[in-house]
Amino acid sequence: MGAQRCAVIGIGQTKYNSVRDDVSIAGLCREAAIRALEDAQLGWSDIEAVVIGKAPDMFEGVVMPESYLTDALGASGKPIIRVHTAGSVGGSTALVAASLVQSGVHSRVLTVAFEKQSESDAMWALSRPIPFSPPTLAGAGGYFAPLIRAYIRRSGAPSHIGMKVAVKDRLNALKNPYAHLHLDDISMEKVEESPMLWDPIRYLETCPSSDGACAMVLGDEKIASASGKPPAWIHGSAMRSEPTMFAGRDAVNPRAGQDCAKDLYSQAGITNPRKQIDMAEIYVPFSWYEPMWMENLGFAELGQGWKMTDEGATSLDGDLPVNCSGGVLSSNPIGASGMIRFAESALQVRGMAGEHQVQDCNLALGHAYGGGSQYFSMWLVGSKKPN
Amino acid sequence: MADVEQSEIDPNAPVTKISTPIELKYHFTAGRAASRFMRGLMKKKILGQRCPSCLKVYVPPRGSCASCGVPTEEEVELPPKGIVTTYCIVNVPFYGQKIKIPYVTGTILIDGADIGFMHLLQEVEAEEVRMGMRVEAVWQDDSEMVPGLESIKYFRPTGEEDAPFEEYKEYV
Amino acid sequence: MREVAVVSFAQSKSVRRADDQNEVEMLMPVVSQAIANSGVPRKEIGFTISGSCDYLGGVPFAFVSGLDAVGAWPPITESHVEMDGAWALYEAWVRLQHGDIDSALVYSFGKSSLGDISQVLSQQLDPYYLAPLWPDSVSLGAIQTRSWLDSGHSEKELAQLVSRNRQFASTNEHSQITKLIDPETYLAKPYIIEPLRIDDCPPVSDGACALVLVAGDRAKACSTRLAWIKGIDHRSEPHSLGVRDLSISVSTKQAGKNCGALDIRADICELHAPFSAQQAILEEALGIDESVIVNPSGGALCANPVMAAGLIRIGEAASRIINGEANCAIAHATAGPCLQQNLVCVLEGGN
Repeated sequence: MGAQRCAVIGIGQTKYNSVRDDVSIAGLCREAAIRALEDAQLGWSDIEAVVIGKAPDMFEGVVMPESYLTDALGASGKPIIRVHTAGSVGGSTALVAASLVQSGVHSRVLTVAFEKQSESDAMWALSRPIPFSPPTLAGAGGYFAPLIRAYIRRSGAPSHIGMKVAVKDRLNALKNPYAHLHLDDISMEKVEESPMLWDPIRYLETCPSSDGACAMVLGDEKIASASGKPPAWIHGSAMRSEPTMFAGRDAVNPRAGQDCAKDLYSQAGITNPRKQIDMAEIYVPFSWYEPMWMENLGFAELGQGWKMTDEGATSLDGDLPVNCSGGVLSSNPIGASGMIRFAESALQVRGMAGEHQVQDCNLALGHAYGGGSQYFSMWLVGSKKPN
Repeated sequence: MADVEQSEIDPNAPVTKISTPIELKYHFTAGRAASRFMRGLMKKKILGQRCPSCLKVYVPPRGSCASCGVPTEEEVELPPKGIVTTYCIVNVPFYGQKIKIPYVTGTILIDGADIGFMHLLQEVEAEEVRMGMRVEAVWQDDSEMVPGLESIKYFRPTGEEDAPFEEYKEYV
Repeated sequence: MREVAVVSFAQSKSVRRADDQNEVEMLMPVVSQAIANSGVPRKEIGFTISGSCDYLGGVPFAFVSGLDAVGAWPPITESHVEMDGAWALYEAWVRLQHGDIDSALVYSFGKSSLGDISQVLSQQLDPYYLAPLWPDSVSLGAIQTRSWLDSGHSEKELAQLVSRNRQFASTNEHSQITKLIDPETYLAKPYIIEPLRIDDCPPVSDGACALVLVAGDRAKACSTRLAWIKGIDHRSEPHSLGVRDLSISVSTKQAGKNCGALDIRADICELHAPFSAQQAILEEALGIDESVIVNPSGGALCANPVMAAGLIRIGEAASRIINGEANCAIAHATAGPCLQQNLVCVLEGGN
């Protein structure tokens, strides 16, 4: 007996925005869930189990909100699970939902990831003075900026790379109606002139703070084969974690990410990821993370990731388009951001990505990471049923 | 109690916000290893711990070596000096911030330690800070000493020659 | 389904305040012991998962430090639920069904002492209608207890139940409350929040636990006596306290039916009931009669490290099977206000 085949048969996203005060937390989740159900041509009663994910509860100020969301997500009388693996949670949540199908326990599972950052203050939640520690932390940027500086030093990447990613992803976002940021006049100059928040990270090289939710319906082989729309088949899935702080840790190019990608590729028989994978949606909250992850994911040799960006390989018309949806740099409802990557990769292989669709996309990577670059979750989805 | 923001103009306008302040009080526990470290700081001593398995020295000690998954017990006293392995200049204001922006936070690798920690860099212009710069701790006044890393007011350059990248690249 | 067994279980003693230990220091010996007793080398464990809650300590990413206790290097396949550890076990059980890995480490920790736990849990309620009113968890327990009493029960039944749990707890070295109480003494005590007496409520506890699951033939090689998971299921019901009958537990009955708990004769039963009346409600939902020994550990009434207390029920039941004290057990865990969400599993001894 092995794992059962599983596919994405429905996807729903909300419009991402800095404040979605037209809906409650439950309303936001339902907006995504209902769209996913409609896409899957299923009703609430068809769903056997619900898996939800989000980043720290302090982002909304609701402790373990799965309890309150049970009714809104039609989970009464059903199993509901709440996943939390820091920033990678959107991805891990999808993988936990997929696991329920792959194990043969359920045949139709709804998974929803969300964040309604406007309900609380994420910057506050991430910069909580931890007792007995110096009050120097300044949000996620304060943690990641020194790592980016280290990457630049190690690779010798020119300083315009970060700006180039920032522009590329915002241009992609203009083709995605759900994206939070629609910056019509984005340019290298605009990015360069924007304030240096956490040197070397400029304002326009960071992600926004968004409200939003993303949902998917996953089905087993029988359900997916009978689906009226093209399914996105899961060809591989992997999670890896390593401790945040230990002596000798490489936080710039973490081994957990490398191992996770290797595991994923071996499941799908990938030997040359850059050639065999058609596009990737990866978690890039600060622009410099695109070249960093290109190396970590094995798309580029060590120290060479920035060249992919520089040469336009990661653009919508490049040989490995990255973040065609606009990515985290254009929409960042933290807990949902990972799931959006997974869902966007699925939309691409289903041929349903609209204006930001990559031509002939048959195999796509969804990637999420979190914590101090220590939690990774990834999947590979394809238009064809895996062997 | 809930403080409902009502629209004074249109009684039929949707309620878009309810403000419900949440205040919870916590009694935080630092743990055994951190407690020893912090008591050391009150005496202006930096006390790390060595992992019995991989022999790496942790500052601050965490009571365990996360990579080996074993408790650490051997205490090692280290000098209040080290190098900046990497850093960031913070220009972003946020609620609850205690330091005036812009300021520099650096990852400080204490001499003899195998892991760096974040702290504040002062007595140097932001643009003067470099990777590999040698720094030393500036302690709080005796009356201001607390059991915590705040007992180190900040780190400042010693003026010694920068450490070459090769020497600390494992720690970046 | 692939057969999965609990092969080892370890827990800390529950204490009112583990003042000198942080979460990692509390967890590390427990994890090490569970792994050592499982016979599976640490590096061979295929999946690791934990359950914990950020708000217990008021710091985001509480589980991140928990990872320090397991030696996650080289990197491990790991996940986390912001739920009681019993749901982490469920996820591990599901993962073991894939067939590509054979073992899983499940752990859980909770320091309920860091904040005011009854206030912290009130923030789990509907953020628009309920949480702003700060209904603390003890008051909600009182509402449920009242509902149960009014459905035709008496405080004398609670007196008997509390007294019996205490008797069991007095012989459990990991329990926090170990003092005996006879029914008369119980009844003579004043209410703290009517109809609850202090002995109807759980203590505030700090504690941690860990267990190792192994599947199929690999499990059989671990030990001659294992606690096989014969069935496991969990169900939720509506959040709002006004829309369900609090004197019964519909979701427990559903989960019990789905996992086969209603069709077997168990020797023992470990029910996760922080309040005394909840234990009675759960017994009824699962059709537990007097032939079954209920909560031989003393239950959550005597030691309640929040987020670990549910997993401890499964561990306690499994331990009693592994040591030969019982052959068939039902274990249960709950989450959410007033038994909103319930997990039931059936364990059976064998090799």
